[in-house]
This record gives sequence, structure tokens and C-alpha cells, in this order.
Amino acid sequence: MSRRSALHALFYVLLIAFAVLYLLPVYMMLLIGLKPITEIDLKTMWDLPTRGIRFDSFIAGFRQLAPNLRNSLVMVIPEALLSSLLGSINGYLLAKWRFRGSNLVFSLVLFGMFIPYQSILIPMVKFMQAINLYGDLPGLVLVHIIYGIPITTLIFRNYYAGIGTEILEAGRIDGASLMGLYRYIIFPLSAPSFAVVIIWQFTQAWNEFLFAVILTNQSHWPVTVALNNLAGSQLVQWNVVMAATLLAALPTLLVYVFLGRYFLRGLMAGALKG
Amino acid sequence: MLKGIEFRASKLVIALALMAAGGAALFSLSRGQFRVAGSDLTSLGLLLGGLVLYVGVLVIVGMFRNETYLSIALLLPSMLAVAIFVYGFIGWSVRVSLSQWTGLIPDFTWVGLKQYTDLIQGDQRFAIDVRNTAVFTVGFIAGCLVIGLALAILLDQRLKGEAIFRGIFLFPMSISFIASGVVWAWLMNPATGDRITGINLIFQKLHLDFLISQWHSTPQPWGMAFTVIPAVWQLSGFTMALYLGGMRSISEDLREAARVDGASEFQIYRHIIMPLLQPVTLSAVIILGHMSLKIFDLIVALGRKDLRLDVPGIYMWTTTFDGTKYAQGAAIGVLMLISVAVLVVPYLIYSMRTEAEL
Repeated sequence: MSRRSALHALFYVLLIAFAVLYLLPVYMMLLIGLKPITEIDLKTMWDLPTRGIRFDSFIAGFRQLAPNLRNSLVMVIPEALLSSLLGSINGYLLAKWRFRGSNLVFSLVLFGMFIPYQSILIPMVKFMQAINLYGDLPGLVLVHIIYGIPITTLIFRNYYAGIGTEILEAGRIDGASLMGLYRYIIFPLSAPSFAVVIIWQFTQAWNEFLFAVILTNQSHWPVTVALNNLAGSQLVQWNVVMAATLLAALPTLLVYVFLGRYFLRGLMAGALKG
Repeated sequence: MLKGIEFRASKLVIALALMAAGGAALFSLSRGQFRVAGSDLTSLGLLLGGLVLYVGVLVIVGMFRNETYLSIALLLPSMLAVAIFVYGFIGWSVRVSLSQWTGLIPDFTWVGLKQYTDLIQGDQRFAIDVRNTAVFTVGFIAGCLVIGLALAILLDQRLKGEAIFRGIFLFPMSISFIASGVVWAWLMNPATGDRITGINLIFQKLHLDFLISQWHSTPQPWGMAFTVIPAVWQLSGFTMALYLGGMRSISEDLREAARVDGASEFQIYRHIIMPLLQPVTLSAVIILGHMSLKIFDLIVALGRKDLRLDVPGIYMWTTTFDGTKYAQGAAIGVLMLISVAVLVVPYLIYSMRTEAEL
């Protein structure tokens, strides 16, 4: 065996070892969730089911979380659509319309995506209470959209900055107005960025906990809050908790598996890498 | 008639009607409840009312046929929202933190920096929080950088199945910190003896008993170091993606030239690629660092408010909303903001400058 192929074998061993470690938590959730209740035991948690596969735990977990999965869905879909639309218009205007100080304004907006939300939490709660948007999902949607403005604007602005000005000037000569250019030239070219931003905002809002736990009352809890509560409960069996955790993670996992490309681009934009 | 105004009575009527309807909805809903068939539609009505009012304003601005006005009208809601929800609320938090507000009734009596000095000088819980954050930050950044770089180098060899491995290392990023904390709390179960389970059980079965650990229940400060494991699981893939992106943007010619000069692959990484990746490391440290200074939900799900694993984010949450010590909570929030700003602001300025040069 040549030195090079020995090295390759070593690389594969290392990669597979890491892959096993990374998949371990998901394997555990599946394994425990798919076992019959009678086989659930701390001592044998890593053993494969011997008496067939049962979906009892997943059914029980789904019963626990169903209203919250619904809440999350109802919150996340309008949130992702509206924030992408808003981000697109902001990004277009900030990319193509450079006024004096526009870079400063943009930097100030960007800072908003790094702040720890504990530093705005008290005024935000009091404000949402004062304007009657406290306790249910529309308020949470609004908050997610507003704190999403920096990242959505950033992703669209970087994307639009890459679209040549020639095409816009050609549109100008044809008599298109500011919004005409957006509607007939920019918007039709924006599909990839819309995919990135919708997926990003979907994932963020689905996974978010702090705003959700502070701004919603129990009947409007999104899935993260309910899951945290479920995991802390002494009354719920741990196989149900494991199955419920997988169910709570499933939507974003599926989005990642099927649309990972776009997800990664959102991730990179968060590192200001365009 | 004024030049540049495209006046149409029908448009004006529509705009005014929209503004009146939206304004009326906002006004009445902000005072009372709106229920249809038992469900509370107040908040939804408020949002829609605001939207309708805004569309009315846009129609009127649109009549002026002035693109600057229209741009301002389109950008203003977002900019105003950020101005209020980020900067306005920060200012308000700072003001609360300089007061003695405790209890449900706001009390803005000025006490200067008292909340801050109390936290920094005499508060044991906050001292633990600072130490825990330091342990977490160092462990988290180091873990992500080392593992992320190792994975990136492994994947940079253009082996078969690269895409699959990349996918496996990245997927934890799509899972919420809450879900991750719940799962890892089971994997890192500290129980021993008959109740041994989780990863400890694997160690026992493999006869690696010396590896059996109490995980995050280990006496402090080392217990905190174990909370890094789920965080690294989630974000080392992201670090890998940053490094891999950096490596792939280094031209193959450069590596080829080094090979011609007799450099080994190891030397190429050590002397050519690593120095070129320094900006990537900087970005990664800033992004990971600001996440770890804010770490909150992962520790909530993993530690279940165990005071030994406390961090400022949790302290702020409990002291404000369980203990109604608003002034103290605001001070913790502001201190968290300052720590993040020290890290992020220079980076933002740097990013903006380099972009302006391009």
C-alpha cells in the first residue's frame, strides 16, 4: 500500500469516526422513539429493539406537542414571507440608492443582529403590552420580523449589489420607475435570495426561545417553549421526550436536508461573508 | 397645478379611505379587545390596521412622482422599527438600569450606577455567571476552531463522499438550542451505578470506565466546560464551512508552486494555507464569541436553571421576570450588550471599511 493511499484510509477512518459522533444524538432519539414501551430501560437504551418497531412514543410525543407545532407553523410562515419581502425592498433601496451616510445607516442596522436580546427585553415587553400585542402570535411575528430586518436586508443588499447597473440603466431608458425596475427586473431575479432568506428566517423563528417564552401565554406557546417545559416535567416519560424532541426538530431538519444549499448561504451571510 | 404631482381624485380618495380605516382600527384596537367567535383577533387586527394605514400613506407619496420621497417612504418603516426596537429600547434599558425599579410598578428613581456596582462588587451569582461565561467562551471557541479546522482539512482532500460528510457535520446547526440541550442532557446523564445510562453506559460497555464522567454535574468550574460539548456539536460544522470556503478560495496554482519547490502537504498547510486563513479565523472567533457571550437557551435546556451552570442571560431572565427586579435585570442586559459590542463593533467597522474599498 502506498503512503498516499494509507493516508487516505486514515482520513476516511477519521471522517467516519466524526460522522458517527455527530449522528449519535439523532440515532439515540430514533432508537428510543421507535422501541416498544416495554423495552424502554436505562440499562438497555443502546440496544436495538428486539420485539419490532413501535411508533407509540412518537404518537404520544405528537399528542403532547401538536398544538405547539401548529402555533410554530402559524407564526413562522407569515414571519418568513413578510420578512423576506421587507428585506428585499430594503436591500434593493440600500444597494441601488446610495445617499450620504447610507453606509453608516446600514452599519447601524447591522449591529441590531448581534445584540443580546436581554438588553432590550424589558422595554420590548412593556411596549408590546402597551400596544396590546402581548400574549399571542401576531406580536411574536412582528418582533421576529423587526429583529430579522438586519440579516434579511444584508442578504438582499449583498445579492443586489452584484446585479450589474447596466440592466437597470437599460430599464430606465425604457421608462421604468423606481418600483417598476424592482417589479420587472430586480424581483424576477431575486428567487435565490428569497429562498435563502425564507429558509433562514423560518429556521431562526422556529428555533427561537427567548422571545417566545416571554411574549406568549401558554395557549400560544411555540414548540421550543413547550418542549423545554415537557423536558422539565417529571410526569412525562423520557422516551416520549426524546420522540417529541425529534418531532420538534424535524421541520428545520427537513428544510436543511432538502434545501441545505440555501441554508448554508444564509449562514455565511451571518458571518458578513456575503 | 404643482409640477411633478400626478393628482388623481380617485387615488386620493382611496388613499384617504385606507388611512382612515387603518387609523380607526389602530385607535380602537389599542384600547379594547376584538373578538370573533370566541377567538381574540386584537393583535392581528392591529397589525393589519397598521399595514392598511401604511399602504394609504404610500399611495399618497406615490402621487408626488419623486423617487427620493418614495424611497424614504419605503425605507422608513424598517429604519424606524430598528431605531425604536434596537436603539430606543437599549436607551430605555440603560435608563431602567440606572433606577431602583423593583416590583411590578415602574420606579424610575435615579440611583446612578448602583445596580452595576452591586452586580460587579458584591453579587456572588453574577461572579459565577462571569466565570461560567469565560469558561464556556474559551472552550466553545477553542473546540469549534480546532474541530472545525480538522474537519475542513479532512474534507479539503477531495475524497469521495465529501458532500455527505459535509452534510453530516453541518446538520446540527439547523436544530434549536432547546432541542439540542434536551437531547444532550440525556446523553450526558451523570447517574452512576445501576442507573448508569447515556454516553457513560457506552463507555462502560466498551470497558472504558476511566472515561465515565459526571459531565456538567462535575464540580465547578469544570462542570461548565462540559456544556460546551453540545454547543461545539452544533457549531463546529459552521466553523468547518467557513474554513473550507477559505481553503477553496486559495488558488490551486499556489499549492502547485509550493509542491514544485518540494514542500510536503503538511508544510503547505502550515506555511501557506494557515496564514492565508487568518481572516477566516478572525470572523469565526467574532461570530462564535458573540454567540457564547449571549448563550442562553442551550444552558436553560441542559442545566434546567441549575445555579451552578448559571449564565448572565439566565440571571437576567429570572431576576426580571420571576424576581421582578427590573433595574437589576436591565443592568445585566446592558453589561451583556457592552461585552458583545466590544467584540463586534470593531469588526463591523472593519467589514464596512473593506467593503467600501472594493
